[in-house]
Amino acid sequence: MSVTEERVPEAASGFDPSRAWRVHPQIALRDESFGALAYHFGTRRLMFLKSRLLVELVSALDQYESADAAIDAVVPEDERPVYRRALARLAASEVIDVR
Amino acid sequence: MSVDAATVLPLRQRFTQGLDAPICLTWELTYACNLACVHCLSSSGRRDPMELTPAEARRIVDELADMKVFYVNIGGGEPMLRPDFFDLVAYAVDHKVGVKFSTNGTRLTAERARRLAAMDYVDVQISIDGALASTNDAVRGEGSFAAARTAMDNLAAANFGQFKISVVVTRENVTQLDSFAAIAESYGAQLRLTRFRPSGRGVETWDALHPTADQQRMLYHWLLDRPDVLTGDSFFHLSALGQPLDGLNLCGAGRVVCLIDPVGDVYACPFVIDKEFLAGNVRDEGGFARVWRQSDLFVSLREPQSAGACASCGSYDACQGGCMAAKFFTGLPLDGPDPECVFGHGEDALAARDPGARRGSAIGHSKVDRTGTPIPVPTPVRFRTPARA
Repeated sequence: MSVTEERVPEAASGFDPSRAWRVHPQIALRDESFGALAYHFGTRRLMFLKSRLLVELVSALDQYESADAAIDAVVPEDERPVYRRALARLAASEVIDVR
Repeated sequence: MSVDAATVLPLRQRFTQGLDAPICLTWELTYACNLACVHCLSSSGRRDPMELTPAEARRIVDELADMKVFYVNIGGGEPMLRPDFFDLVAYAVDHKVGVKFSTNGTRLTAERARRLAAMDYVDVQISIDGALASTNDAVRGEGSFAAARTAMDNLAAANFGQFKISVVVTRENVTQLDSFAAIAESYGAQLRLTRFRPSGRGVETWDALHPTADQQRMLYHWLLDRPDVLTGDSFFHLSALGQPLDGLNLCGAGRVVCLIDPVGDVYACPFVIDKEFLAGNVRDEGGFARVWRQSDLFVSLREPQSAGACASCGSYDACQGGCMAAKFFTGLPLDGPDPECVFGHGEDALAARDPGARRGSAIGHSKVDRTGTPIPVPTPVRFRTPARA
């Protein structure tokens, strides 16, 4: 029986971490032990946030003036490049958008 | 931990252990159907007198919304035959449970197409099983192709947007894949191909209609070339041929998906409507959530499964032994190869099985004559406008 009907898009270009971001208004997040499921009611895509820290970061975006500021506040220093790339991918698939 | 979306395997392992709520689920609203397709997975035809009431159906939506199930795949039977169909769809959407529904199109009038076009979060899949009327109608009944095309025309005229055309791949229609793609393109629709399982009335027709080994290889390469064609992950047994097909490539039964049938029975997946895979009923105390989280069946499906006879095969990670339903109804052991194993192990197992190992469909709603004998299928239909829209 099917699990994912929609395809996950290719990553990422044009993500500007100096701007202010938020969870896309058409995204529903469901917490899971591995992170979260994200469903986009517009594109009908199901996506996976594959760590709890990524969920925390995404959920905190709207409290910071830039994505970089959110990353600095939430993510340990040595992991920041990884999470910046993850946000870029989430921006490309419209899990997050500029507010 | 990696946050890279490219590594699916750890997540797949997580999914095999089950989630607190399904990712999505199938909900067959009624066993009533005005068609009698020879491969019907649910042996539909007659409405079940114990069918869930409109109030009970709404309570299921409430539960799904509480569990944050993002969408349901609604089917049947023919779901549009349920008198409260539109009320229920609207109720689900209002509660942020998106709806994807499958229909034979016979009741999708111009007026109803306009009504659907006005709703958010509703996706429509129209089923055809041949790119030509002759191929389709041999499986779905005389007139069913014309009816489905009329429904597609109605959706297009109503500016519904991108709908889906859903095809069960058979030995007869697998030669028409390009034609299906052309029909979909002509409507700006998405093509969706799914695997023919020997479930429901398919138990009787699978031998004659399931694609041959050569056809399956052709299908695999055709799909690899067309990543935009949807498959509902249903061909993951073909991933053993090499490069995996798109998707999670696992059996989600009872782990991340399940079926709620028209009387509220919860099965591990839509293709195993059999007592063996019945986990409980939504009318039981604790409702659907309790069945999902605590039923003995679902708990056991989430435990590590034995690879059995497939353990020594280098491709087990790719295909996971294939489809549980396909094995069950053809009478093969669940811890062995899929009957359509790409290396031919399934064919060997089919040849070696005990006579009578094949399962009949004990739970069926096929139409019967006055003596209780199932009416031979398929039956002719015409597109018609119902008295009340």
